[in-house]
Amino acid sequence: MIRSTHLPLVVTILTFLAAFVLCSGQYPAMMSTRVVANLLTDNAFLGIVAVGMTFVILSGGIDLSVGSVIAFTGVFLAVILRDTSIHPLAAFALVLAMTIAFGAAMGAIIHYLDMPAFIVTLAGMFLARGLAYVLSTDSVPITHEFYDVLQSLYWKAPGGGRFRLTGMVMLATFIIGMVVAHRTRFGQNVYALGGGAQTARLMGVPLASTTIGIYALSGGLAGLAGIVFSLYTSAGYSLATVGVELDAIAAVVIGGTLLSGGSGFVAGTFFGILIMGLIQTYIVFDGTLSSWWTKIVIGGLLFAFILLQKGLTWATTARRKPLIDFAAP
Amino acid sequence: MTHGLQATLRRVAPQLMILAAVLLLNVIVFPDFFRIEFQNGRLFGNLVDVFNRGAPTALLCIGMTLVIATRGIDLSVGAVMAIAGATAASLVADGSGWVTALLGALAVGVLCGLWNGVLVAVLRIQPIVATLVLMVAGRGIAQLITEGTILTFVNPGLIHLGAGTVLGVPTPILIWIGLGALITLGVRRTALGMLVEAIGINESSSRLAGINSRVLLICVYLVTGFCAALAGVIVAADIKGADANNAGLWLELDAILAVVIGGNSLLGGRFSIVASLIGALIIQSVNSVILLSGLPPEFNLVIKALIIIAILVIQSPTVKHALYILRASAESAGVDTPAASASAPLAKSTETAR
Amino acid sequence: MSEDTRPVLSATGISKFFPGAIALDSVDLTLYPGEVHALLGENGAGKSTLIKCLTGAYRRDAGSIQLDGEEISPTSTQESQVHGIGTVYQEVNLLPNLSVAENLFLGRQPLRFGFVSQRRMQREARRILGGYGLRIHPAEPLSTFSVAVQQVVAIARAVELSGKVLILDEPTASLDRDEVEMLFKVIRQLKERGLAIVFITHFLDQVFEICDRATVLRNGRVVGTRELAHSSQTDVVHLMLGRQLESRVQDRAPQTAGKTLLEFKGIGRKGMLEPFDLAIREGEVVGLAGLLGSGRTETANLIFGAVPADQGEAWLRDQKIALTSPRDAIRHRFGLCPEDRKTDGIVGDLSVRENIILALQARQGWFRPLNKAKVNELAEAYVKALDIRLASLDMPIRFLSGGNQQKALLARWLATNPDFLILDEPTRGIDVGAHAEIIALIEGLREKGMALLVASSELEELVAYSTRVVVLRDRRQVCELHGEDISTRNIVAAIAQGHLEEVA
Repeated sequence: MIRSTHLPLVVTILTFLAAFVLCSGQYPAMMSTRVVANLLTDNAFLGIVAVGMTFVILSGGIDLSVGSVIAFTGVFLAVILRDTSIHPLAAFALVLAMTIAFGAAMGAIIHYLDMPAFIVTLAGMFLARGLAYVLSTDSVPITHEFYDVLQSLYWKAPGGGRFRLTGMVMLATFIIGMVVAHRTRFGQNVYALGGGAQTARLMGVPLASTTIGIYALSGGLAGLAGIVFSLYTSAGYSLATVGVELDAIAAVVIGGTLLSGGSGFVAGTFFGILIMGLIQTYIVFDGTLSSWWTKIVIGGLLFAFILLQKGLTWATTARRKPLIDFAAP
Repeated sequence: MTHGLQATLRRVAPQLMILAAVLLLNVIVFPDFFRIEFQNGRLFGNLVDVFNRGAPTALLCIGMTLVIATRGIDLSVGAVMAIAGATAASLVADGSGWVTALLGALAVGVLCGLWNGVLVAVLRIQPIVATLVLMVAGRGIAQLITEGTILTFVNPGLIHLGAGTVLGVPTPILIWIGLGALITLGVRRTALGMLVEAIGINESSSRLAGINSRVLLICVYLVTGFCAALAGVIVAADIKGADANNAGLWLELDAILAVVIGGNSLLGGRFSIVASLIGALIIQSVNSVILLSGLPPEFNLVIKALIIIAILVIQSPTVKHALYILRASAESAGVDTPAASASAPLAKSTETAR
Repeated sequence: MSEDTRPVLSATGISKFFPGAIALDSVDLTLYPGEVHALLGENGAGKSTLIKCLTGAYRRDAGSIQLDGEEISPTSTQESQVHGIGTVYQEVNLLPNLSVAENLFLGRQPLRFGFVSQRRMQREARRILGGYGLRIHPAEPLSTFSVAVQQVVAIARAVELSGKVLILDEPTASLDRDEVEMLFKVIRQLKERGLAIVFITHFLDQVFEICDRATVLRNGRVVGTRELAHSSQTDVVHLMLGRQLESRVQDRAPQTAGKTLLEFKGIGRKGMLEPFDLAIREGEVVGLAGLLGSGRTETANLIFGAVPADQGEAWLRDQKIALTSPRDAIRHRFGLCPEDRKTDGIVGDLSVRENIILALQARQGWFRPLNKAKVNELAEAYVKALDIRLASLDMPIRFLSGGNQQKALLARWLATNPDFLILDEPTRGIDVGAHAEIIALIEGLREKGMALLVASSELEELVAYSTRVVVLRDRRQVCELHGEDISTRNIVAAIAQGHLEEVA
């Protein structure tokens, strides 16, 4: 049985499957573990950060700072590993603590100063990017044997696909994200917040700790994405991952999550990421198509999903509320 | 007339004070800041640069002010700039004159505005979501037009718009001041300004008072598209080429900041284009002071972020409310009731904005 | 219900003051286990204030609340919930995006190894709802169910959390007949379980159908508590509307109405207002009477095009006109002062001056601004004519008092020189002085030949200025009173009985 809330998720999955079948029909080579493995590896950092973004958007907020936080994390790791003899694992812990605190601070400002998340995280975006610049404006290579160890961890599937550690980290993040969203009280509170902050408060949801927790989670996952990204590129560069927040938001929306909050699934975001990755892979395989089609197609998908959700909202509310539809925008 | 001028001055006084402070900083780090020279038929000087470099943001924030006044936002202006620049460049590349290219670019910008306006006003999609579509797809469309290259051109007429001068003054300065004045007068000398404010404050009441809020909303997005297109042409003309990837990149955020620094509430309502323009100048002056101070440019963004955070926190509802109560209690007890009645709608408006 | 059992809740001497007003004046309320107790009164009588004091949403200024013989003083709705007082509001206070089960268990989900056990939650939810005769799939989101089902879910949550006193605030306002029946079944069942239920509604039929006793509030005071088995509807309406109900001879102008200005034929909207016919002549005030929710406001909105009608037609001076939006109506020289001044009337942050000229300016068009001198002249003239008290025309209108806001809204429409003015609750929430002034104004406008339609819950006021009164009940017109028949007594009778026959 398909429920109306599941419909966008189902549409997303069907879109992905249809696209995959079409693509591999045209290029049979796409039906290989190699392509699948690369899809996971190339989009690992984006997937991780999109999990955090899903929580933020489910709660009715937005986090524009994540791209900058990823860049900051990368630069911070590169610089600290170059200038000190600290072990990468300790550096990871340190940078995660910093990004979690950064997100929590933004959440606190949003809640206590009653400011729009858009503006607060926009300022956070400038600040994080600025801090990355201050650390270094050049691309700093990371050369540490521990990095080599991590990068050489992979499982070679039949067919030549290399499922790397980073892709596994993304999968794990998605699974944990799904459990947190649906199987913990925090997750339920996030949905409650997205359904209506005032009602949620009346029903006993602790608004302050939930809001702070959400942005801390998003910040922390952006930090984790930064670590993964530094493993992916073996460098830290303050100009990297500009606009990743936009890709993450797009993946979340294409994954069937309502941008106004309260409805959606972490699993949907996973397929949103896969769809976006698939478009890029297809363009690479095609060779004649230009890269900008990615943006146009993603924009079109975004529009289609927004319309789909608008239609669903209309269909469910129109039945019961015939009165005054022009009220609040 | 003088009364109106006085009111405007009172409205923009805080922004002027911030601007003066930042300019003063400029002078401190670079004593020759205010020196303007006339060479080769063109004005030169740091102050001229601030006005010239600030042109794209200034142009964007004219339209953005109106959109935000209606309780909306337009994230797509940066992408629209890229599309407009690409259109103009490809038109002159195909042999059109600069006038055709300019008009073509502006038409495309207005079309983008129409798209956004219809999504917001007719389909009733949240503005932030509605304009996100074009923000994502727009750069792809621009690249489609330029076919992925930086489309350069040599048309002197078009280049003049971005790099030329009129009577010694760089053209972009004249364009943004001209358009700013035109639209300010346009909304203040007609009823438009008040009606835009009315739908931003209370759309339901406005509709019941007979305002055609739907069409007005669409028009506001048209203006924003127009301003963005003009900014896009100037940026392209300045570098003599259309760079679909980087033209206007993240400029929508600067424009929104300029509007907010201009003291306009993101919750809509009362607006001042002049204040937003001063906000744009403040942002550019901050950039300038960091540049002139000889501080490493990598500090630019951190300092900018901190200044902006400070300005935003001062303007946040909670802090404003606290200040209001402080002031009210500092005055006599008789002011008690207005303070209470003022706090209620404030709380309400923040609630509805969520 | 029997009188000899101990009360589950007894509130005595509850008072609540707001700056410059007494919202509750020493109110007593006693609830026995297993009774359904109606709380009645017009808007502003103090019902919701009383509920908020009981549930801790407000701090009471005086009085005591005893629950099961123990003094309680809740400071939040959560705290009163823990004590055993649960509340369900008309606009269901649940989260539509969550599933039914999640709504039932938010904040107290069954955990298994620290994780929410969806399966147990749904099993429990199914069991609980089954107890109310509701067989629905608890994993479905709440928004997919009708308001009635949502209402029952809200009741189930409240009962699970509290379980002694259940307050239902207008639960039936947006339900149809079958749904009300279903809700009543649930209420009867809870009654049998020994809960004390407070039932707030404007539908008197329902009160007599389901309730055992009724307490009537007026102006913050209890004006009476009745055993409903031994009282009549008329009796209760009298209590609610009160004042001197003797039909005293009013100093009313004769019906010197002019030509027919407007005629509505079979105009209505599904689910909102039954189709009705109405003709309005120049120089006439048509009063709309009826209890809250009877269709007064809906009539006003429909005629003004704020909510377009889906059937019927409108004729203006014998010409058929379309009324699909307020702009249409305004073009035909209509005006509407809406019931809710704050959300539908004033534009709070605009100045008084701008608010006064807003409608005129909107009609003139965007590019033909009224010139400054004219604006000032107009605004000052109306401020003077209507005696709007303000510090400056430049101040935001939200700082004005309710009465002055209402006058400014009147000025907004008068500035457009209307032929037909609709006033919805023109005197609600304004002080006595302004009250009299607005009534005088309505009289004055009628004498000048304007046609007016006034919806009001203040019967005496309606009697004073109406040349005709249309009585509404259950979203349909039930009768029309003319000339000498217009008296508060007759209106009350019509509201209570739905027709005029038994009027003495």
